[in-house]
Amino acid sequence: MGKPGTQGRPKEGHPSGKLQLGIYWCASCGGCDIAVLDINEKILDVAALADIKLWPIALDFKYEDVRALPDKALDVSFINGALRNSEQVEIVELLRKKSKTVVAFGSCACWGGIPALANLFDRNQIFERVYGTSPSTVNPNRSVPALESRMPEGTLTLPTFYNTVYKLDDIIPVEYYLPGCPPPAELVAEAVDAIATGNLPPAGSVLAKEKALCDSCPRERAEKKVTTFRRVHEVQPDPDRCLLDQGIICCGPATRDGCGARCLEANMPCRGCFGPTPEAVEQGAKMLSAVGSIIEGRDEAEIKRVAAQVVDPAGTFYRFGLAASLLHRSYQERSLKEGVELDSRLDPTVVPTGKEAVT
Amino acid sequence: MTDRSGTTGDLSGFQPRLVGFLCNWCSYTGADLAGTARMKYPANMRIIRVMCSGRVEPVLVLKAFAEGADGVLVSGCHPGDCHYMEGNYKALRRRFLVEALLEQFGIDRRRFRFQWISAAEGDRLAEIVEEMVAEIRLLGPLGRARERLFQADHLSLNPAAGGPSPA
Ligand code: SF4
Ligand code: SF4
Ligand code: SF4
Ligand code: FES
Repeated sequence: MGKPGTQGRPKEGHPSGKLQLGIYWCASCGGCDIAVLDINEKILDVAALADIKLWPIALDFKYEDVRALPDKALDVSFINGALRNSEQVEIVELLRKKSKTVVAFGSCACWGGIPALANLFDRNQIFERVYGTSPSTVNPNRSVPALESRMPEGTLTLPTFYNTVYKLDDIIPVEYYLPGCPPPAELVAEAVDAIATGNLPPAGSVLAKEKALCDSCPRERAEKKVTTFRRVHEVQPDPDRCLLDQGIICCGPATRDGCGARCLEANMPCRGCFGPTPEAVEQGAKMLSAVGSIIEGRDEAEIKRVAAQVVDPAGTFYRFGLAASLLHRSYQERSLKEGVELDSRLDPTVVPTGKEAVT
Repeated sequence: MTDRSGTTGDLSGFQPRLVGFLCNWCSYTGADLAGTARMKYPANMRIIRVMCSGRVEPVLVLKAFAEGADGVLVSGCHPGDCHYMEGNYKALRRRFLVEALLEQFGIDRRRFRFQWISAAEGDRLAEIVEEMVAEIRLLGPLGRARERLFQADHLSLNPAAGGPSPA
């Protein structure tokens, strides 16, 4: 990312001279919106620099206001969260039309993030769990929200809940990727600055560093030979030695730098929120390879025993990257074979009967 | 949601597409032997010659599945016989993690085989390909299952993103 702020503002600006800004959330935890606020005194610069045209978490605008804008009226939209339902797709498509530049803000928008872990299941399984079997649910009729319900007062509609979670650029073209869960305040401030001054790197860039996290990690490394993998809550890790050397899975080798190894500073392993290193085809496969290569020994049974200590490889190696992975989602062969259909009440192509009630 | 192609129904015409990553020094030579000895085995496997099983990064296995392979074989020299000493142990260390991962992605474990095959074991290779073809014929085509899972969302995805491209 270029050094902020030497060139002037982009010339073809808004008559107010201010940056026209949209901030939107999709399937997100709200942390990314907080990260925008977290840039502290810089937020005042943002307010001075920008007219915010949409920011659902903080300001009361309606989608209609955005629809009424001319195309490309927004200089930039920061979009956080993964894509999980049809309302989100509709609004990001709208924002694409109205924006000169779109930034995928945070790990969820960049690679699917935590919400994309749901891709290890399908929609039926998720609904069955949420509206059926979860311990806090009492729902003997297994009612689920219907897409359309006719009520005496009129018809109520809900967005379609997709079978698969997508990252932002699966749906719309994106100019920049600002990774992190959430992105650190310095990177957000740098990005805002760069946009405000028109001092931006080439489109398609990830607004972080061009190296692996391990390259910035101050910990001491030895030749890795692991016979026991342990999770971080099971041990008190040595704060000076490489965590992988200690048998604690740390995603540093497969993760892009840009956070300044902030988890390592807190004696916690990197969980991979900055996405794949610049040269990696895929973060998860690279991490799997790194973990596999440090297992000690040559005996098949022994290797198998050690490998089995890696609990939840998909969730560990793709914690933030499932929607950007080669496989993207579970193939669910078992449910396909058993002939489990996607619940037709959730299918947008099926005309509703009006009998389903929103519960 | 009526399209269930490839998941149930008539599979009699289904020819599984297998990808085999074979080590140059042993398994590939074994495959050659099977060829020259005119051993009969199904022609379903596209063989990719690699210099050592240790060079088969897990990403290659995932890529094969993502691009429509119905099954993948990784094969190298027997323990102790690797031309590069350590390569096949390296492959072995990744093997169990790859297997666990594929399982979590809902891919049946019979679709991924990891096997030691020496240069003299052309018959063993022929046998394994036969077994895989027979098993995977019953499992059905994986690519179409994937396609169907994405089609369920009725979205047109941005092709530039390198996003899910149904096989
Ligand atoms: S990237 Fe992290 S902080 Fe941002 S929305 Fe996703 S889960 Fe929340
Ligand atoms: S694996 Fe983790 S602890 Fe080890 S050097 Fe890399 S970032 Fe640091
Ligand atoms: S150390 Fe890893 S998980 Fe923690 S903020 Fe940095 S990239 Fe994200
Ligand atoms: S040379 Fe055959 S496995 Fe290494």
